Amino acid sequence: MKIETRTVGDVHILDCSGKITLGEGTMAVRNTVRDVLKNGGKKIILNLADVNYIDSSGIGELVSSYTTVTNQGGKLKLLNLTKKIQELLAITKLLTVFSVYDSEQQAISSF
Amino acid sequence: MVTTENTIEVSIGSALEYLDLVQLVTDCITRFMGFDEDSSHWIGMSVRESVTNAIQHGNKLDQSKKVEIRFEVSPEQLDVYVTDQGNGFRIEDLPSPLDPENLLKPSGRGIFYIRSFMDSVEFRRLSRGGMEVHMVKRVSSN
Repeated sequence: MKIETRTVGDVHILDCSGKITLGEGTMAVRNTVRDVLKNGGKKIILNLADVNYIDSSGIGELVSSYTTVTNQGGKLKLLNLTKKIQELLAITKLLTVFSVYDSEQQAISSF
Repeated sequence: MVTTENTIEVSIGSALEYLDLVQLVTDCITRFMGFDEDSSHWIGMSVRESVTNAIQHGNKLDQSKKVEIRFEVSPEQLDVYVTDQGNGFRIEDLPSPLDPENLLKPSGRGIFYIRSFMDSVEFRRLSRGGMEVHMVKRVSSN
């Protein structure tokens, strides 16, 4: 699991790649999102295009990050869901919770 | 790992580090059986979720307790049994992750996913102690 953070204006884009599974993967997402918040970032996009595997704990971590960011007055949006992540979010009714985008530009301008 | 005709058994300690190994074995078996890529993915995830539960919630990460995974392969279906040495639970006591009050909870979706992707799932407390999850995926549902 690897996460690279870049910024476009005041939007923080977290490019995630690899596996978001219980342990190392979920901790990486949690710690990176917390670091962004700690440094004052309020607009966060998780780019999941290169996430080739996610388990229920990974889905749980997306939810957890969403609530953490929201509770601190920020916004977290999802970009480039794979078909499998989309299916996992859909059947647990989480697509109704997250703002999801296929285009980075649209995700950035949605804030 | 023990293999006999049509049966593969794997026994692991209660450590999350073994999850990738279990998943690898599962992927090999589903590919060998001819499941397509999507079905293999969802079967692998279901087994992983079940073993995660057994390690974490069943055996409570107690390294002295084992999780046993048995795969029974037939031309019609794959049966997977995951057994832990924990206290067990009542499936009817588990809250639904789809209830509005649970939607934003960080956990509680694993069994829901298993039930979504496998053709049947049964939970049983063993008389010797521990919990057994029996999952079936039929080849025809591939």
